[in-house]
Amino acid sequence: MTLHALAAGPVVDPTSASGVFSLLWLVIALPAAGALVLLLGGKRTDRWGHWLGVGTVAVSFVISLVLFFSLLGRDESDRSIGQHLWTWFSAGDYKVGLDLLYDPLSALFLMLITGVGGLIHVYSVGYMEHDPRRRRFFGYLNLFVAAMLTLVLGGDYVVVFLGWEGVGLASYLLIGFWQYKDSAAFAAKKAFVVNRVGDIGMALGVGLLFATFGTTSFAGVSKLAPQASGATLTAIGFLLLLAACGKSAQFPLHTWLLDAMEGPTPVSALIHAATMVTAGVYLITRSNFIFELAPHARTGVAVIGCITLLLGAIIGCAKDDIKKTLAGSTMSQIGYMILASGLGVAGYAFAIFHLLTHGFFKANMFLGAGSVMHGMEDDVDMRHYGALRKAMPVTFLTFAMGYLAIIGFPGFSGFWSKDKIIETAFENNTIVGLCALIGAGITGFYMTRLMLMTWFTDKRWRENVHPHESPAVMTGPLVVLAALSVLGGLLLLGDWIVDWLSPVVGEHPEGHLAIPGIVLSLIVLVVVAVGIATAWFFVGRNEVPDVAPQRVSPVTRAARAELYGDAFYDAVLVRPGERGAGHMVTFDHSVVDGAAEGLGRSFNGLSGGLRLLQNGYVRSYALSLLGGAALVVAALLVVNI
Amino acid sequence: MPVTPFIVLSALLFSIGAVGVLVRRNAIVIFMCVELMLNASNLALVTFARVNGNLDGQIAAFFVMVVAAAEVVVGLAIIMTIFRTRRSASVDDASLLKY
Amino acid sequence: MVAFWILAPVMVICALGILFTRKAVHCALLLAIVMVSLAVLYAVQDAPFLFAVQIIVYTGAILMLFLFVLMLVGVDASDSLVETIRGQRVIASLVGLAFALLLVLGVAQVGFSSVAGLDSANAEGNVPAIAKILFTRYVFAFEVTSALLITAALGAMVLAHRERLTPKLGQADAAAQRLRDFADHGKHLGPLPPPGTFARHNAVDTPALRPDGTPEPTSVPAVLTARGTVRTAPAYEVQRSSEELPDPATEPVGGSKDGV
Repeated sequence: MTLHALAAGPVVDPTSASGVFSLLWLVIALPAAGALVLLLGGKRTDRWGHWLGVGTVAVSFVISLVLFFSLLGRDESDRSIGQHLWTWFSAGDYKVGLDLLYDPLSALFLMLITGVGGLIHVYSVGYMEHDPRRRRFFGYLNLFVAAMLTLVLGGDYVVVFLGWEGVGLASYLLIGFWQYKDSAAFAAKKAFVVNRVGDIGMALGVGLLFATFGTTSFAGVSKLAPQASGATLTAIGFLLLLAACGKSAQFPLHTWLLDAMEGPTPVSALIHAATMVTAGVYLITRSNFIFELAPHARTGVAVIGCITLLLGAIIGCAKDDIKKTLAGSTMSQIGYMILASGLGVAGYAFAIFHLLTHGFFKANMFLGAGSVMHGMEDDVDMRHYGALRKAMPVTFLTFAMGYLAIIGFPGFSGFWSKDKIIETAFENNTIVGLCALIGAGITGFYMTRLMLMTWFTDKRWRENVHPHESPAVMTGPLVVLAALSVLGGLLLLGDWIVDWLSPVVGEHPEGHLAIPGIVLSLIVLVVVAVGIATAWFFVGRNEVPDVAPQRVSPVTRAARAELYGDAFYDAVLVRPGERGAGHMVTFDHSVVDGAAEGLGRSFNGLSGGLRLLQNGYVRSYALSLLGGAALVVAALLVVNI
Repeated sequence: MPVTPFIVLSALLFSIGAVGVLVRRNAIVIFMCVELMLNASNLALVTFARVNGNLDGQIAAFFVMVVAAAEVVVGLAIIMTIFRTRRSASVDDASLLKY
Repeated sequence: MVAFWILAPVMVICALGILFTRKAVHCALLLAIVMVSLAVLYAVQDAPFLFAVQIIVYTGAILMLFLFVLMLVGVDASDSLVETIRGQRVIASLVGLAFALLLVLGVAQVGFSSVAGLDSANAEGNVPAIAKILFTRYVFAFEVTSALLITAALGAMVLAHRERLTPKLGQADAAAQRLRDFADHGKHLGPLPPPGTFARHNAVDTPALRPDGTPEPTSVPAVLTARGTVRTAPAYEVQRSSEELPDPATEPVGGSKDGV
């Protein structure tokens, strides 16, 4: 199974589930049942609903752990397990089964989703305590978890698509959870619409898969992929890339992610940092058997990753909103993952590795930001923070762990994962490597800026704001996630994760760099240090202005405007669309309505004339009766003659 | 005894009754004209009974009379009610049910 | 056949008379003529039972019911001859004429060559023969007509019934009311003045005259006043009456010259 790694991706050839693996469906079914109970149960479940939400995910996590260790105990060549639940639909020879595929890749995702998801559920119990619609929130969260698990467990592109749309729906519902806020409703709509563009890519890609191979299951496609023409595979690759761009907020479909921060912070942590936005990386990694045969599509993936990692980082530098800064950072980090997965067999494992560590430290920091907001009366402007380290020490310490992890401080999880990506990028192409290197520097800058503005410098708190530490139900998950942020690098111990994933993504021979790896690591550290120093130079040394200064360089202004992504779409799509809609409305009013209403009016007039016949005089009616009788007699006579 | 003259008389009386319904406005007179029409049809029935040589026509005429009696009772009661509320027996006054 | 040729013109003329007579009572009388004539025509056509029924039920009962209602509604309420619906009369006449013409034409087309006649059917008498059919073949329809008649009777009762809204006044209540009216409004306490007091005509439509010779309106029924058929006491009659009276200046009223 691992021998034809270079020519094509490994063939997915699952053995059917037995023993403990037959519990696989429960992992999805539990949160799904939770969502069902919470959303249909109504007010009756208000009192204990959130604990049900936590419980289902926790049990799923336990099952995931059991499954993972069972998988560890299996032979390396035997670690791909399929479970056929039922045939979803069939048309002729084409069958779509509700098939689950459990292999090393989905095993990691399962633990990430249920583990981090479970922690965020616990955190939400505290965070949403005063929200009257908390039960519904947990219903949506459970729905999301179920959909996300379907996405990563699906053994067929169509099943993946089901989960793909499910997480989109949950994301929409949760971004717009506070739908009474206009901004939240608009953000939810925007996320939905932009995601739709990506989803079209997914739908077309799956359609093209079916047209080419006659099947959409991973097993079938991976077996038949080498027979397809290069052009077809490239097209499929680009369509799947479009799908990934939409879901993972990659350039050019990145504009929705910053607005999505309107949702409750646990949502931002779970959906828009740790799990859903990484679905694009999963899709590309899972489809490695296609991308391995489509080098052009792979180049496209790498280019998109490069652009996004710089774009997100630059946006992150200019934002004063703590959640938007983190969102920019998320874009940038996912850019790294996409970049890594665009590098082929050498990169997949590191993409997934970075995905896991990022899931830990970014969820940690988002929840930390939520904790800060919790103490600051839901203020998100970092210019109103400052010197919070004493007020909320636990949050500060856990946040610092996340910070050190993301900038790549040696020993922390981010150091290992990012370093590996940069290294692989340099092996592949110097320009790509330089992009990744610069991105690391900028990461150092904006994260340090965030740290300084929030935790250090002077107090700039608004009146009547009394920061306080969050309750244990919120800090508990923070501590766990902080620990994971620190220790996540252990996964790379002895190249464990690379070996673990090799049955899925193939094995890559050790690359050869012009310079030794340790030297490159040092260079990266230097670049990051420069970024940190610059941040200290700008932010830590001076007083932080209460409002953002207006006289700034064009670069800053562009970054504040999110590099004009929204402005571009406004000018190119939204406004012409609105104008077109306006014309259509005019057309509808004048021509369509005119025709319809004209018909109506003419009948109205006709009826108005005819109704005069109903004059209320019974003798008139009798006259028409007699006239009719006369006609009948006349007709009879005519017929008889 | 020829048949046609009777039938023609019946037709004439029927038509006169019909025109009476149309031109008169007093509800009671209109009712009388309706009775005239019923009687005209009875004449035809009795005549046809003679043509056919059995008594079915006469029986039919008999039933027509019964129905006419019932109809007159109810109809006149309605006219009374209308007259009581509207102080008028003209059918044109009861023309509220219109466009 | 003689009877037919005599009665047919009479019937047609009477029927047309219904169309043109103003007064409803006259219409009813004309209709009575038509119906009786029809009865005769039934008799001529071997239907003695229907002859009797026609006279008893139609002329005797139904037509009397008509007259009864006419009296209730008001005998004098006659149609105004102004047509309210434009063109109704002309169109109705034209359509009616066309209808009659069509019917007559149609009937004329049919040749009634073989007239069976009722001799065999009426062999044991018309009434037993009718009874035989009515209570055998048509017995169900006959029973249904009983339901129809009961329904009609009930319907007429429901329609004509008026619910009493105020309690009925007894004799004592009425007397008390009259006294109260007298006390409050000074309404005349005694009975209404009878007609014809000091009047030349002893009739209900002639008002009584007051001592000064003017008519007293309460002495004639209000219905007659409303109809406008109240006779006025002509001035010369008043004059003559006063001349016949003894001169109030020379003699005391009620006294006599002779002192009797």
